[in-house]
Amino acid sequence: MTALRVLAGAALVVVALILQVSLFPHVAWQGIVPNLCLLVVVGAALTRGPQFAMTLGFTAGVLLDLAPPADHVAGRWALALVLVGYVAGRVRQDVRPSAVGVVSTVAASSFLGTSVFALSGLLLGDLDVGVPGLLEVIGVAIVWDVLLTPFVLPLVMRTFDRLEPATATA
Amino acid sequence: MALLERPAVDRRPSPVAPRERRWRPSRVPNRRGVRSLLVALLMACATLVTLDAQGGDASPLEPARRAVGEAFGPIEIATATALRPFTTVPEWFRSQDALRGDLERLEADNAVLREQVATSGFDRNRLAEYDGLTAAAERAGYALVPSRVVAIGPAQTFSRSVTIDAGSRAGVAPDMTVVNNDGLVGRVLRVTRTTATVLLILDGDSVVGGRIGSSLEAGFLRGRGVLGNDGRLDLELVDDTIVPAQDDAVVTWGSEDGAPYVAGIPIGRVTQVFTSLRETATRAVIDPYVDFSALDLVGVVVPSGTRSDRAVIEADGSIR
Repeated sequence: MTALRVLAGAALVVVALILQVSLFPHVAWQGIVPNLCLLVVVGAALTRGPQFAMTLGFTAGVLLDLAPPADHVAGRWALALVLVGYVAGRVRQDVRPSAVGVVSTVAASSFLGTSVFALSGLLLGDLDVGVPGLLEVIGVAIVWDVLLTPFVLPLVMRTFDRLEPATATA
Repeated sequence: MALLERPAVDRRPSPVAPRERRWRPSRVPNRRGVRSLLVALLMACATLVTLDAQGGDASPLEPARRAVGEAFGPIEIATATALRPFTTVPEWFRSQDALRGDLERLEADNAVLREQVATSGFDRNRLAEYDGLTAAAERAGYALVPSRVVAIGPAQTFSRSVTIDAGSRAGVAPDMTVVNNDGLVGRVLRVTRTTATVLLILDGDSVVGGRIGSSLEAGFLRGRGVLGNDGRLDLELVDDTIVPAQDDAVVTWGSEDGAPYVAGIPIGRVTQVFTSLRETATRAVIDPYVDFSALDLVGVVVPSGTRSDRAVIEADGSIR
């Protein structure tokens, strides 16, 4: 079952990445698109806990860093999404989170992920946007991610839940 | 032995805890395991960042980038092709089919005329300098590989780059100029067999040698890295006594062998001019001719006679 879960996670990440670069730029606001990979990682964290989410976050981040048209120092999205997987995985590991819980986790994760990515760019001198532009991007990204949550998160969480239903009946 | 056993007895879980554990056993992860995995993954990220940041252009991650690009390129092309009917839906609401055809033809004509107007001052000056003939010969040596934009980097990455569906099989190589019918788009950063990554001139890392069309003054255009659709470029002139006039056209200066930028491609027009006493150079703000929010069909400038997997537009307009 674990192998299947890993495969499903990887497939979700690849689909999310492709949609993020090929479809969403056409509906983007000022070039800012919803971060679907981040939503998949948060979904994994809320259903499967931090360990799986961190590993999935690392995979998704490395792909985001390397897949065209990315052109920044590799490892920055990986760092951001590993931290997102860790933090989102700490949220209420014993019970299934409510709708409000999911939305606030997504908002917090989006803020954390985009900020970590931006700050790592600042530290590496890989960023040429001022702080106002940076805050604008982070804000709009949160709005996008929260807007997409009702469509993406149930799907992701159901996929991961269904792949290992034994935990619910034990 | 007794010392070791006692805490184990003390730490016996309260009667409530085991029920919760049974309810969702996988939800209560081993804390130490989580933490060591976190540290391991963070170290892995740090290694990646260090390798890539120190390596620069010869980064050890370039092969990995290429491999991922080879895998993702075809998927991106297929997705963009499959989604094209839907991504053009907004256009249907703007105009009817027949009108749209006319509009596109007129826009293309308009762009050609505007390019002629924009570069006429530049061309006249060059002729006056007996430069025209060689320049014409130089420009005639180029051909265009047509291609479409299949993926656009999100603004969250704070860099402006796109993927196009022409790669090394189409004759595209790094450091080639990318244009569309309005003007300069950017340059090719890296290629895979089927795709190429293009750095837009709006990116903060992009520097283009430019000339003011009317005065032939040289300068450097830097992307502002400004996000959104109203992208602007900064032009710093080498000679600070020259003040460019508003609406002056700026064209590429061109590099040796046309890499990364061939000469004489229109870039944009001057909208504002700043002169500060402290700085030695005059700074002008350039509004690019290319509409980067609606980037679709672009051409990669390749040497004439390049072997390609698709029809190549030669300099005289013929298609080969």
